[in-house]
Amino acid sequence: MKRFLPLIILAILFILPLVGLSSYIMHILILVTMWSIIGMAWNLLGGYCGQVSFGHAAFFGMGAYTAGLLYYHLGLSAWWGLLVCIPVLGVFSLVIGFICLRLRGPYFALATLALGEVLRVTAENLVKFTQGDLGILIKQRTWVEKTWYFYVILLLAAGSFFLIKKVIESKLGYYFVAIREDQDAANSLGINTTLYKTIALCLSGVLTGVAGAFYMNYMGYIDPTTVFPLYDISIVTVMVVMVGGVATYWGPVIGALIMVFLAEVIRSVPKIGAAHQTLFGILLIFIIIFLPNGIVGDFRKMVGLFKPRGALK
Amino acid sequence: MAAQVELFLQTLISGFLLGGLYALIGLGMALIMGVMRIINLAHGDLMMVAMYVAYWLFTLFHIDPYLSVFVATPLLFFLGVGLQKFLINPVMKVESILPHNQVILTVGIGMVLTNLATVFFTSNYRSTPVSYASKAWYLTDYWKEAPIELSLSAPWSLSFLMAVIFTIALWFFLTKTDTGKSIRATAQDIDAAMLMGVNVGRMRVATFGIGAALVGGAGCLFIPIYYLYPTLGKQFTNIGFVITVLGGMGSTEGAIIGGLILGIFESMTATYLGMGWAPVGRFMIFVAALIFLPGGVASLLRKKRLGK
Repeated sequence: MKRFLPLIILAILFILPLVGLSSYIMHILILVTMWSIIGMAWNLLGGYCGQVSFGHAAFFGMGAYTAGLLYYHLGLSAWWGLLVCIPVLGVFSLVIGFICLRLRGPYFALATLALGEVLRVTAENLVKFTQGDLGILIKQRTWVEKTWYFYVILLLAAGSFFLIKKVIESKLGYYFVAIREDQDAANSLGINTTLYKTIALCLSGVLTGVAGAFYMNYMGYIDPTTVFPLYDISIVTVMVVMVGGVATYWGPVIGALIMVFLAEVIRSVPKIGAAHQTLFGILLIFIIIFLPNGIVGDFRKMVGLFKPRGALK
Repeated sequence: MAAQVELFLQTLISGFLLGGLYALIGLGMALIMGVMRIINLAHGDLMMVAMYVAYWLFTLFHIDPYLSVFVATPLLFFLGVGLQKFLINPVMKVESILPHNQVILTVGIGMVLTNLATVFFTSNYRSTPVSYASKAWYLTDYWKEAPIELSLSAPWSLSFLMAVIFTIALWFFLTKTDTGKSIRATAQDIDAAMLMGVNVGRMRVATFGIGAALVGGAGCLFIPIYYLYPTLGKQFTNIGFVITVLGGMGSTEGAIIGGLILGIFESMTATYLGMGWAPVGRFMIFVAALIFLPGGVASLLRKKRLGK
């Protein structure tokens, strides 16, 4: 049963649009699926390999801009961005990894934190190349209906899920976890820690970039502040994984589901809408203190909290 | 040619003054980094809080921003102590997979502070229009035949001077008092400090408080010469950690030198490339420090000392 769970869920999700859901619900489903890809990508690097990134917006935005610029400068369909962003993000991640992953400690977290900001400023200032704050607009989106977008992102998400599962269950995954648990021990066992950390970063960056390229196609419009923000993308990515469960297969999916729904609910309440980051921040603090391994990781503990005292014995 | 030299020297002066203020921001962060081994990513947001305190004191009670240092600094000290005691300390005890939980926690704190400021004070740009804002001293006033014209802005110089006083006070505290020595001992070797009878838990709380107070002071010194908006903290957090890395993780002398270097460098980018590129320049310094000087300025200082 457990082996087939991903396939069953995938099948259910495939049938879902046929029921005739409203366009708003489809939009939410698409966002949830997109965020689970970003979450899974972050989880590979942060959860399994232990390298916390505060700048996944950099990879996301880079993917989005790759797709957007292909369309804007070369007149190609922005869907080519999904393919082109793989080498672009791969090289970009290699460079970042080469610089920051040789050192341990918080250097990497700090570098990624600055990275999103730097890319935003660069995109704002290179007006000739990126249109600056005007952003890039796709004049005609491929489909009006949301169903096909959903299928595309669902396929991408399923692909990422199985890819990450394969990686984690392979030798590579064990290397990652070894590096997270004790880098010195891993090093002394002959694992080239820098190399494997860089591999994790490349995989993570490419997957996030693909999600970004999809975002360009789906939304049809990007500008530097929507794709490179610190709180609304980088930190939400961290939250998706923290809420769902660090270093679990399903954590990012559950986390994305909760975060997207929560964001929609909070934004629809008129007075509280402006304070959604406060509530997110409080949720983040709460999760770190009480459920440090997330809902999936601390499921037993959570169930125990809600049970009456006597039932524990 | 004279104009070129003039521009260069003027940029150098303003960079140096800016660097003194940056050093104050970096000092607080380096102190926290040294004792707790975490980067405080809410640092700039704490500064934003102090700036709002100074702003409201000025707007409502017409208290000069330089005087509100004496209100904002203790206030921020207690805010820092509270954050450390009730949020960060509990997380240190929690078992989790990720080692960076405390850092993520500080991000959460910063997010809450920024958003609350936006909700309560709106995201309008604000400033304190002090009467001496545009006062300046000119070189030609003192030296009639000077070949070039240089100026020294009064509020900038005053802020710089106050920053120097803060730094000296901190140095005195860290080297001459018992608490200061305990904090340094904790930063050097936490286990040894504990064995020598240092109350490490209390030192952590005190350090976070002092770090917050320092950045609070920096906020008050910044407000007469800068403007204020809720998301400004992010930028100063970036500045703080670039200084911390440049200076060498947790080194206070390094933070001062790092702050001055960054201030001058940023002034240069602003003059010769344009204001908007300052964050990119900052990142370049960060990357350069990572590649060429991973131990920061502190490692150079140490090498020199050992060579003697």
